[in-house]
Amino acid sequence: MFRRTLINLVVVLAMVLAMVGVVSAAPQAQAETTYTIKLGDTLWALAEKYLGSGTAWPAIMASTNQKNIEDATFAYIRNADLIHPGWKLLIPSAETAKAFMAAYSPTKPELLFGKRAKGQLVVASWWTAGGEAEGLTGLFNIYGSKYPDVQIVNATVAGGAGFVFRPVLKTRLIAGDPPDTFQLHAGLEVEGYDPETYLEPMDDIFASEGLEKVFPADLLTLLEYKGHYWGVPVNIHRSNVLWYDKSIFADAGLTPPTTWDEFWAVADALKAKGVVPFVMGTSGGWEAPHVFEDVLAGTCGAEKYSGLWTGAVQWTDGCVAQALENFKRMLTYVNTDHPALSWDGAGHYLVGKKGAMMIMGDWANGWFEAQGYTGYGWAPSPGSKGIFVALSDSFSLPKKAPNRDNAIAWVKVCGSKEGQEAFNPRKGSICARTDCDPKLFNEYLQSAMADWASDAIVPSPVHGAAAIESWVTDFKDAIVLFVTSGDVAGTQAMLQQACVEAGTCK
Amino acid sequence: MRRWDRERIIPILLILPSVIAIAVFVYGFIGFTGFVSFTKWNKLLPDFSLAGLRNYQTLFANRRFQIDMRNMVVFTVLFLISCLAIGFLLAFLLDQRIKGENLFRSIYLFPMAVSFIVTGVAWRWLLNPGSAEMGSTGVNLLFDTVGLGFLKTGWFTDPKIGIKAVAIAAVWQMSGYVMAMYLAGLRGIPEELREAARVDGASEVQILWHVIVPLLRPITLGAIIVLGHIALKIYDLIVAMTGPGIGFSCDVPAYFMWDTTFQANRFAQGASIATILLVMVGVLIVPYLAYSLRKEAEV
Repeated sequence: MFRRTLINLVVVLAMVLAMVGVVSAAPQAQAETTYTIKLGDTLWALAEKYLGSGTAWPAIMASTNQKNIEDATFAYIRNADLIHPGWKLLIPSAETAKAFMAAYSPTKPELLFGKRAKGQLVVASWWTAGGEAEGLTGLFNIYGSKYPDVQIVNATVAGGAGFVFRPVLKTRLIAGDPPDTFQLHAGLEVEGYDPETYLEPMDDIFASEGLEKVFPADLLTLLEYKGHYWGVPVNIHRSNVLWYDKSIFADAGLTPPTTWDEFWAVADALKAKGVVPFVMGTSGGWEAPHVFEDVLAGTCGAEKYSGLWTGAVQWTDGCVAQALENFKRMLTYVNTDHPALSWDGAGHYLVGKKGAMMIMGDWANGWFEAQGYTGYGWAPSPGSKGIFVALSDSFSLPKKAPNRDNAIAWVKVCGSKEGQEAFNPRKGSICARTDCDPKLFNEYLQSAMADWASDAIVPSPVHGAAAIESWVTDFKDAIVLFVTSGDVAGTQAMLQQACVEAGTCK
Repeated sequence: MRRWDRERIIPILLILPSVIAIAVFVYGFIGFTGFVSFTKWNKLLPDFSLAGLRNYQTLFANRRFQIDMRNMVVFTVLFLISCLAIGFLLAFLLDQRIKGENLFRSIYLFPMAVSFIVTGVAWRWLLNPGSAEMGSTGVNLLFDTVGLGFLKTGWFTDPKIGIKAVAIAAVWQMSGYVMAMYLAGLRGIPEELREAARVDGASEVQILWHVIVPLLRPITLGAIIVLGHIALKIYDLIVAMTGPGIGFSCDVPAYFMWDTTFQANRFAQGASIATILLVMVGVLIVPYLAYSLRKEAEV
C-alpha cells in the first residue's frame, strides 16, 4: 500500500516539475551563446526563442551590456527598443537569465547596464520628457566629462510633479535600497522622507563649494530643515505668473492687471467681448490649489503669506478670508470645462485666442514655445508684484547610497555654475545661483532672473517648498472642496485646522 | 492507524506550501494592515505604538472621506442595477433565437476584454464636454450634430453628475458579462417548464416573472457578488478617466487611500481605509459564501 502511494507521489511530483518547467519557460537547458542581430530581430523575440519567454528580454540586455565593459565588440544597448543589425549580443544561459529576472524589476533599471569597476551613479528623477530630460542630459554630459569611468544610470519614473515617483522612492528608502541620489522639491517636502533617518545632511558640501555665498539668503532659509541642508538646488521656478495673450489685450485696449480691482475690470471687459477671461485646467487636482497659493500671496502680501507657513500668522487672519473671496470671484470668470483639462489643455485657450489669462508656473513658458505660440505676455499674478513665489528641484544624498562618492560628486556638479548653466536654459527655469550668465536665457527667463535677485522670495506649498507633505495634502483637499462649495468660513476653518495638525499653528 | 497516517499526511504535505504562502502573503498581510490601522504610523518612519480608534475617528470626520463613501454607494448602486437590467435585457433578447446571435454575443462581450484603463481613457474623451468657446467634443458633439443639443451636459465636469458619468463607462464595460451569465442561465431552463406553464394558461409575461426570473436567482446573486466587489474596489477606471474630480465628485475611498498613504505619508490612515473597504467587501461576500457552502452541503 505504501509503495503505491509512493509511486503516486512520484508521478504527481513529476507532473508538478514538468509544469514548473513550462511556467518558468526554459524549454531546454540553454547555454550561453553569442548572437548577431539580423534585420527584424527584437530583444523580445530573441528572449522568446532562446529563453522561452519574451518577458526575459532584460536578461539579454543586461548580460550584453556587462560583457561590453570587458569586450567592446559586444554591443552596448542603451535603449531596448533601439537595436541595430550587426550588433553582437550575449545571450545568457537559462539559469543565469532566471537568476537575473528574479533580482530585476522595472524600478531598478540600473541592473540593465552592467557594473563597471569605477562604479555607477543612479540618478532617480521624474524628468522623462521634453526640456526637463534635455536639461538632465546636459548635467549628465558635464558629469560624464569629469568622471568618464562612472556609469550614469538615469532611473526616471514618469508622472507630473513626481506623484508616482515619490511612492516608488519611499518604498525603496524604507526597504533600505535607495538610489545614489534622487530629485526632491527643495523645502519642507524633505520632511516626508524623514531626513534624519534616511538622508545625509549636506552642510559640508555647502561649505566646501561655497554655496551659501551664491544662493540668495531667502532660499537658504527655505532649504534648512532641523538645522541642516538636505539637498542641493539646481533650478528655480516661479509659481505666480499671469500669462496673457497680447493680441487680445491689444484689441480690447487693455493692459495686464496688477491689482485685484484692475483684474475684475479687465475680466469684465473681456467677458463682454466673448472671450474666456481666465482659464484653468484642474484635472490633476493640484492646479486649483496652485492658483490659490498665488491668490493668497497676492492678497496677503509677502510677509503675512510667509508667516502663514511658519506659524507667525494664523489662518484665521482676515486676509485668508479675503483671498478665498477673491478666488471665489475669479472662478466666476473661468472656462466651464476646467475639470476635464490639464493646465496645458487650458493653455490651448490662449493659443487659440479663445481665452485671455492664465495663472501657472513658468514651465508654461517652455510649453508655449513648444507650441510655436509667440503671442504670450507675462506679469506677476494680481497683487503679487515684488513677490517671487518660488519652487525648486534639488538633489539629495540618501544614507546607504551604493555609490556614495559618485553621488557626492554629482550634487557638486548640480550646485556648480557650469552645471546650472547647462541645465536651466534647457529646462526653462532659472539658476538657483545668482551668478549665471543671463545671455544664455530667453527673454522671459531674463526677466525672472532680475526678479529673483530683487523680489521677496516666498515658498510654494503645492510644489513642496512651504510645508510638509501631509499639510500640503490637507491644503489641497480644502481648496478642491472650496471650488464647488464656495464656503469661505468653512474652508478657512479647514485651512486653520490643517495648520494645527501639521504642528505649526496652535 | 499507520495507514491513516500515510494516506492523510502526504496530501497534507502537498498542499502545505500553498497554505503557508497564502497564510503569510494574503491573510498575514491583511492582519498586518488591520494592525497598522490602529497604530500611529502617520509618517514615513514606521511607528507601531497604538493609537486605538483615532485613525477611524479622524477618517469619518474627514469631509473628503464622507464624500467618497457617498460616491461609492451611488456608484455601486447605479452600476449594479444598470448592469443587471441591461445584461438581462440583452440576454433575454438574444435568447429569442435571433439571426447572427454569435455576432451580437461577441459584440456585447468584447468590452469586457479591455482593461479599465483603456475604458477610462476612451470615455474620458467621449465624455469630455468641451465648452461654448472651444466647441463641443465627444458625446456632446454627437448631440450637437444630430440636433439634440439640449441633451448636452457637463458630464464628469459637473459636480452634480461626477461619479455617475464614471458609472456609465463601467456599465458599458461590464453589462456584456452579465448578459453572458444570464444567457447561460436562460439556456439551462428546460423548455418543458415553459411548456407546462403555457399549458396551465400563463401568458408570456407571467412566464417571465413567475418561472424564468425565479429560476435565474442564483445567477443574479452570483452577478451581484462579482459586480459588487468590482464596484467597491474601483480605482483604475477613476485614475484613467477623471481623477478625484471637481470638488471630489468622482473620488472614491480607494483613490483617497493611495493619496493619503503615499502623498501625505499617513500610512495608518491609509490602512484604516483599506480595512473599511475589506469589511465592506466582506459584508457582501460572506453571505454568498455561507449560501453556497450550505448548497454544497445539501447536494
